[in-house]
Amino acid sequence: MVSLSNVRMRYPGTKKDVLKDLDLTIKDGEFLFLVGPSGSGKSTIIKLLTGEVKASGGKIRVNDFDLRTIKRRHLPKLRRTLGVIFQDFRLIDDMTVYENVAFAMRVVGAPNREIRKRVPYVLDLVGLTDCKNRLPRELSGGEQQRVAIARALVNSPGLIIADEPTGNLDPAKSLEIMMLLNKINEMGTTVLVVTHEKELVNAFGKRVVSLSDGVLVSDGTDGYYGNES
Amino acid sequence: MFREGLRGVFSHGFRSFASITVIAACLLIMGSFALVGINIDSIIRDMERESQILAFVDESLTQDDARLLEGAIRTLSNVREVKFITREEALENYKAQYEDTSLFDDIDASVLRNRYVVYLNDITLMENTKEALENVPGVADVNAEVGIAKGFITVRNVVSVITAILIVVLLVVSLFMMSNTIKLATYTRREEIAIMKMVGANNGFIRFPFVVEGLIMGVLGAGIGFLLQWLIYNFITGRIMNSMAGNLFHLLPFATIMTPLLLVYLAVGILVGAFGGGMAIRNYLKV
Repeated sequence: MVSLSNVRMRYPGTKKDVLKDLDLTIKDGEFLFLVGPSGSGKSTIIKLLTGEVKASGGKIRVNDFDLRTIKRRHLPKLRRTLGVIFQDFRLIDDMTVYENVAFAMRVVGAPNREIRKRVPYVLDLVGLTDCKNRLPRELSGGEQQRVAIARALVNSPGLIIADEPTGNLDPAKSLEIMMLLNKINEMGTTVLVVTHEKELVNAFGKRVVSLSDGVLVSDGTDGYYGNES
Repeated sequence: MFREGLRGVFSHGFRSFASITVIAACLLIMGSFALVGINIDSIIRDMERESQILAFVDESLTQDDARLLEGAIRTLSNVREVKFITREEALENYKAQYEDTSLFDDIDASVLRNRYVVYLNDITLMENTKEALENVPGVADVNAEVGIAKGFITVRNVVSVITAILIVVLLVVSLFMMSNTIKLATYTRREEIAIMKMVGANNGFIRFPFVVEGLIMGVLGAGIGFLLQWLIYNFITGRIMNSMAGNLFHLLPFATIMTPLLLVYLAVGILVGAFGGGMAIRNYLKV
């Protein structure tokens, strides 16, 4: 579960609040789109949830971690409960698909036996079994993003945060990726997607939270984002 | 994790090559200065060892009585070796310095004194030993080149200090260069580190492969530097010893210094590599 209460954020050395008294709760198992124009504070929310930055005020809880008081040395524990997906995939170029996914398990100290069992399962889930020995540069953008999803999923996180996951993909591949995220959500994982893709957001009919200038302007399933242009 | 470090060395071939080359070059420069210093020190010590005091025996003593003084001289502290030289031997030695000995045909050995050549353990105590010899009954006069001895000591001290300063300066420069090279090599891997952070790796886990990588590069750099040092040293000392200079002084054979040199090379290489590897990624761990 994610909960932000009266969260205020101002970056050091600046004079403007990028988030103003923000309240937001995401329940376990929920699928949520976070939308808003550039500079509205979406990326800051992701940075706050992953512990990259600390809020200037308010309370944040993510998967039972209190991010207001969390110590730097405990951040790895928080991050092991999250799966993060980026627009630019962020795969390791000289590792194969299998190795990229296994890498996420290795760095958290998973035993080899478990890695050998879990990685093929996740690769199958994202439809990449046949590509497991290929390098990222040998894959299409959509396939690379599926590797990133497999990597985010492999440690069974409670929450998947996808930051513009379809930003580099054509509409067909974007839909494919979003359906995959929806499938993961249906299997019980909470999913938070930050996106600009109006059609995609409306196509799924999920909860949509809109931000504007650091303020939450709408929260519902009525396609608010779709009516804005 | 050790495999990760090994993978890092080989999968980033050019950057690893640059780091290893810098480590080898720095060690080579540092080692060369150290070897010059060690050899100068050794040459001066050889010269010191050859430094001697001449103790002239009173003319009133017979040669047999003069020989009896040896025991008293040997008991003096700081005396390493004592050699008795008769008047006749002294004259022969004197003549031997000249090509035309006919000039000395009329000189009788009796104009010279029987003498002792006294070699010292510690040249810095030459003045004290000279005084002690002057107090030995039967010794008429003592000739000691205290000024030259002090000159040797000064030169040795200056060489030691200069060598030490150069080595320290070069070590600092080398550390800086190596750390920067490894930092540059690591810069391109910041994305990899960011991914590791994002999936929940702790700092120790992230740092360890880089430390291992630095350590491997340090050992390789030290090994290459040592081999080059060996070749260069043997080449240069061979040239010097085969020239006229070879008659004047003696340079240390590489075999006598190779073990401590190798150990120092490895220690510096490992320390700098591991430390440099660990330090280089420090900034990327703060996210």
